[in-house]
Amino acid sequence: MAGNRIEGNAVRAFVLVMLALATCGHAEAGAEYRTVSGGLFISALSLDGARAPVRIAAFAMRATPVTVGDYLAFVHTHPEWRRDRAPDMYAARGYLASWAGPLALGSAIDPQRPVTEVSWFAARAFCASEDARLPAWYQWEYAAAADATRIDARDDPAWSAGILQTLLARTGHAQGKVGEDTANLYGLHDMNTLVWEWVDDYAAMFVNADARDPDQTNLLTLCGGSALAFENRTAYPLMMRVAALSAMRPTDASGNIGFRCVRETGEAP
Amino acid sequence: MIRQWTLLILLTISVWTGAAQAAADATALPADSVYRSALTLRDQAEGLFTPASLRGHPVIVSMIYASCPEACPLTIDAIKQIRAAVKSRTGHAAPQVVLVSFDPVHDTVQALAGMASMHQLPYPVWRLARPEQGDVRAFAATLGVSYRMRPNGDFSHNIEIVLLDADGRIVASTSKLGTPDPDFVDRVSRISAHTAAASPRLP
Repeated sequence: MAGNRIEGNAVRAFVLVMLALATCGHAEAGAEYRTVSGGLFISALSLDGARAPVRIAAFAMRATPVTVGDYLAFVHTHPEWRRDRAPDMYAARGYLASWAGPLALGSAIDPQRPVTEVSWFAARAFCASEDARLPAWYQWEYAAAADATRIDARDDPAWSAGILQTLLARTGHAQGKVGEDTANLYGLHDMNTLVWEWVDDYAAMFVNADARDPDQTNLLTLCGGSALAFENRTAYPLMMRVAALSAMRPTDASGNIGFRCVRETGEAP
Repeated sequence: MIRQWTLLILLTISVWTGAAQAAADATALPADSVYRSALTLRDQAEGLFTPASLRGHPVIVSMIYASCPEACPLTIDAIKQIRAAVKSRTGHAAPQVVLVSFDPVHDTVQALAGMASMHQLPYPVWRLARPEQGDVRAFAATLGVSYRMRPNGDFSHNIEIVLLDADGRIVASTSKLGTPDPDFVDRVSRISAHTAAASPRLP
């Protein structure tokens, strides 16, 4: 009798451990990060002076945008980010608005779709929950410049035209699942055509460098006076992306803006 | 008998303090309070504090970095002018000022103390603070401030001078430097007069 109980407990413990392992394994599989080797990069935006090359250190990036399923798991473990609990300070109206409930997607939303309707604050909290953060704009742009074989495919008009065509064809339709396109050189999916993505320093892209003229400083509001200019005037997909971000306050949630996270790597650039 | 009374009194006091404590905890920060930010700051006098510890009085908050060549000195001047205008209009002291650095790598306590002394900012009316722990970029964003480090080490950033009420809610903000923003001076004056009326000075 006593022996049975001990055996029963042992079995229960074993099952719990296996369950825990299975869950951990699943979480790991859900958040695949790929190494993006570093290098010198000239941004399409002249944020820091015209055509100044920037050194990008190596980093690791989520292979796909964060999915609705990933985000549902996050609000389960971080209930302060449920749509009925997240404070207005961090998530305005529209946050996860198309979900059926605070913890329910409803049948219309495929969990494999990229999560959208998340504020910049919420996206950062998600990334922090997996020891990561939002990419800086330069990191995102650098990773997105690669195609399947080249680190920098931006000079290829056929590549840009392909992105633009895909974007236009998808405009007005709900996003598809993540990871269905051909991965780029680093193994990253959906960099250019599925969804716009939050970047950590997005708001600062639209403010001027240190204010020098006191009379001009009233222009330096969040989305006001901008030092931003496009080096390459034909980079339409990037222009659309930057325009979409420029319209956002960090509490705003948009059906077109998702995110992915990055981590540091130990590797030299 | 005396002992029983003492016990009863002690018991009553402890119950009463417990209740008071519970009541204080129950008055949680409003949903739109920037004091919800989990940030630990250290000021130029080495004092550690959280934004929530500023609760109870209105505060003027702005964000700076010590090596900032132009915009930050202008911001400090603007706040000095605002406080002077409020004092001369209302006769009451203007709110305390908290300047939070977004450059914790360079802005040591010594650097902030140097900045305070250079601009003759008396402590603790002016607290210049560096983030020790927590998410200063998120705190900045709640104030409408954004910044990014440029490759040469200085920052692109915008200026916001923000008036917070006693619970850390944004009452008004201004980006105007040069001459004081009259609307902002109005709002600070009103809140200063109100605060003074609510807690009259003891004779």
